[in-house]
Amino acid sequence: MTESAPDDTAERLARLEQIVADLLAEAKQRGATAAEAAASSDAGLEASVRLGEVETVEHTRNNGLGITVYFGNRKGSASTSDLSPAAVRDTVAAACTIATHTQEDPCAGLAPPERMAECIPDLDLYHPWGISVEDAIALAIECEDAARDADPRIVNSEGATVSTHAGIHVYGNSHGFVGGYPSSRHGLSCAVVGQEGESMQRDYWWSSARSPADLDPAAEVGRRAGERTVARLGARRLSTRQVPVLFAPQLAAGLLRSLTSAISGASLYRRASFLLDRLGERLFPEFVRIHEEPHLPRGLGSAPFDGDGVATAAKDLVSAGVLRTYLLDAYSACRLGMETTGNAGGVRNLRVQMGPLDRAGMLAALGTGLFVTELMGHGTNPVTGDYSRGAAGFWVDDGQLQYPVEEITIAGNLKEMYAGLLAVGNDYDFPGSTQTGSWLIERMTIAGE
Amino acid sequence: MSDPIHIARDHILAPVGLEERDIDRLLGQLSAPGIDAADVYFQSSRLQSWVLEDGIIKEGNFNIEQGAGMRAVSGEKTGFAYSDDLQFPALLAAAQAARAIARGGSEGRVKVSEALSLRRLYQPLNPVESLSDADKVALLARVDAEARRQDPRIKQVITSLVAVHDVVLIAASDGRLSADVRPLVRLNVSVIAEDGDRREQGSSGGGARDALIYFLHEDRALDFAREAARLALTNLEASEAPAGTMTVVLGPGWPGVLLHEAVGHGLEGDFNRKGTSAFAGRLGQRVAAPGVTVVDDGTLPGRRGSLNLDDEGTPTQTTVLIEDGILRGYMQDKLNARLMGVAPTGNGRRESYAHLPMPRMTNTYMLAGDRDPQEIIASVDKGLYAVNFGGGQVDITSGKFVFSASEAYLIENGRIGRPVKGATLIGNGPDVLTRVSMIGNDLALDEGVGTCGKEGQSVPVGVGQPTLRVEGLTVGGTGA
Repeated sequence: MTESAPDDTAERLARLEQIVADLLAEAKQRGATAAEAAASSDAGLEASVRLGEVETVEHTRNNGLGITVYFGNRKGSASTSDLSPAAVRDTVAAACTIATHTQEDPCAGLAPPERMAECIPDLDLYHPWGISVEDAIALAIECEDAARDADPRIVNSEGATVSTHAGIHVYGNSHGFVGGYPSSRHGLSCAVVGQEGESMQRDYWWSSARSPADLDPAAEVGRRAGERTVARLGARRLSTRQVPVLFAPQLAAGLLRSLTSAISGASLYRRASFLLDRLGERLFPEFVRIHEEPHLPRGLGSAPFDGDGVATAAKDLVSAGVLRTYLLDAYSACRLGMETTGNAGGVRNLRVQMGPLDRAGMLAALGTGLFVTELMGHGTNPVTGDYSRGAAGFWVDDGQLQYPVEEITIAGNLKEMYAGLLAVGNDYDFPGSTQTGSWLIERMTIAGE
Repeated sequence: MSDPIHIARDHILAPVGLEERDIDRLLGQLSAPGIDAADVYFQSSRLQSWVLEDGIIKEGNFNIEQGAGMRAVSGEKTGFAYSDDLQFPALLAAAQAARAIARGGSEGRVKVSEALSLRRLYQPLNPVESLSDADKVALLARVDAEARRQDPRIKQVITSLVAVHDVVLIAASDGRLSADVRPLVRLNVSVIAEDGDRREQGSSGGGARDALIYFLHEDRALDFAREAARLALTNLEASEAPAGTMTVVLGPGWPGVLLHEAVGHGLEGDFNRKGTSAFAGRLGQRVAAPGVTVVDDGTLPGRRGSLNLDDEGTPTQTTVLIEDGILRGYMQDKLNARLMGVAPTGNGRRESYAHLPMPRMTNTYMLAGDRDPQEIIASVDKGLYAVNFGGGQVDITSGKFVFSASEAYLIENGRIGRPVKGATLIGNGPDVLTRVSMIGNDLALDEGVGTCGKEGQSVPVGVGQPTLRVEGLTVGGTGA
């Protein structure tokens, strides 16, 4: 399934489009006043090695279709992994049965017809990787070897994995909108274990891209996994104190996820957000700009249209520190008396404008405090913004890393943390749909010994 | 027709015309020379869910998943492929892909026969059909009204009901053909309370391997509504949690998530075979205070984490993990048990046919001690009393774990004082249970809400414990 087979993408796309058309026709036949449907199909390969030997070879293949029917303002949904014509009929029937029990919801329905994406730009998301099982294994071994060779204190491994997935997604609705496109995603990851005395530590690194050509070299991914692991050895605890905290870029992306969740329509109309009624207000210092770029070529989060069929578009979420938009789908927009922002299904490719400082500069700006490189647990309260999480990282004195720390928590409130953002670094260093440097937060409470 | 194996044949094999000799052929394909073990996991799963929000039934969904996973194991190597198409040619192609990890083209020979199972930890029923759709939505409406009735400050209520009918048929290269029919129901209530500028959430719920009538017994569903409202209202009054290391009293039941994170994951066979767990090589050593006994028990009738047999066809059991403070055993699936030279413990679980099995917990809990819970609280001069938790996480290699409180109170001079905001608690797994200084006589299991994630796979689990006094846990608040 990953050998270089003739490209039948157009055929498979047409087949899924036909399934979506059949779902919509069946819904109409059964008296639905409106409907929306989706179908998808993907295939992939994951090869994992551990200590230089093959551990697992997985062939993945996922199909799915789903339908939502509307009878006026009542709706019902059903889905299945079976793409057969019989499944199409049964699934629509199941959705219609559900709709006999749901109640009138004035906002239930499709997005306005004039908001449907008119053209589907080619975002260059489809680069299938015809890698053989043997080559995938060899690449994973190269990655793991580099990690194990990074330092003599690397004594064990959780292994390395090479993965490749490619598929097609089609969405359509009874406005006559049908959109579909193929996409691919490939990855390389590695996790190793280091030991020093009695203490064991593990850490990992990874690379992820739409095109195999954009993956980081396997040896580079492995070496970083190894270096990150040994850097944690000999970790100590800290006493309870209040200090400035520098969040590594991938963790800053997590603070950004708390923001996008709090300004999403579903959180807002349920009043389950710590950022209610803050549109147009200052959340961050003036230098902060956060931009969404859904049409980024080869972007890991890129999509030409959202889950409602609405065209996606670039926009500032925050500029000059001020919240400029909520993230709305058709339903939540109706609930809030606003218009959809094309964010059904979430936010796509966030970019935080980076400042002038590199990592060393950010550590110098931190001065004496905590550089956090790992967070644990789910201690974020979306309603209040209260934040309390397990942390590991490095104690920094006078801008210099002193020693690794672990088994501490950091706590604060996200509203204050956003307002207390002192600087964003230009040290963006991880793969993903969010691009940001590290974030320096003025003050948080560390709990420890 | 109430025998699981007949239900499985009827649900999975009959509609596509598969027969036992087809299963024999698939296993034969998988069992090439050099393959130590192989299995085929057929699954047919139906899920129905309902959501009530803003006082109306807003959403309902029905999902059908079916397919088969093929696995071939050679030494430490595993080949795996699956198909959501149950026609024989598609299954054969998946079997050939899975067994490609072994060289050579010849086939093995396997003849399956039904493995007799008299186990009935739950009835082989279809919970989706155990109550009419009209009765399901009426139940949610009652729960919604009950939550709103508690206090005018309750502003938002979301209630949901989920029923799953999961039928599995497992054919293994040892010739055993076994089946299980696994009902699973879940009801959840989530509320937001508002008072002036302050807003807080509270949620509660429960579930079981049972029919939906479970929620109607003893007013159970209404209790969840009252509990969700109580939590949100309590949190409206909460002040900053303290920061630092202190004595913590953990309430009974769901706070057992401590055990799941602090020791449970670290005692799963795969991490110990590979030597990546902080508990590796520590069998027979003291890892907890005297009096601490922790078990994993997949055999509790009707429990969310229970299974008649695991996803490899091994009957579940009660596995003693820690006995009177001494580490006694690990949880095993077939692969890791074979490689470690021990017996499987019925802990081989997978999220679905599209995932590989691995050692997972079932219901993990600590046995009761002899202390009166009131006496335990009274023994603490200054500390934290934590009774409800959200999720947790563990780094099994360093042993560090966290779990986040969603309801907690200060203890001052032996009395429960003011409520404090949720805070994350952090500790070291191999060490935290040595700090258990008092064990209550009030063992309770959770209400059936646990879902455990590992390597991207989610499975339902249970936890439980009596009231515990733990010395020196770090509490991650912001207060003094």
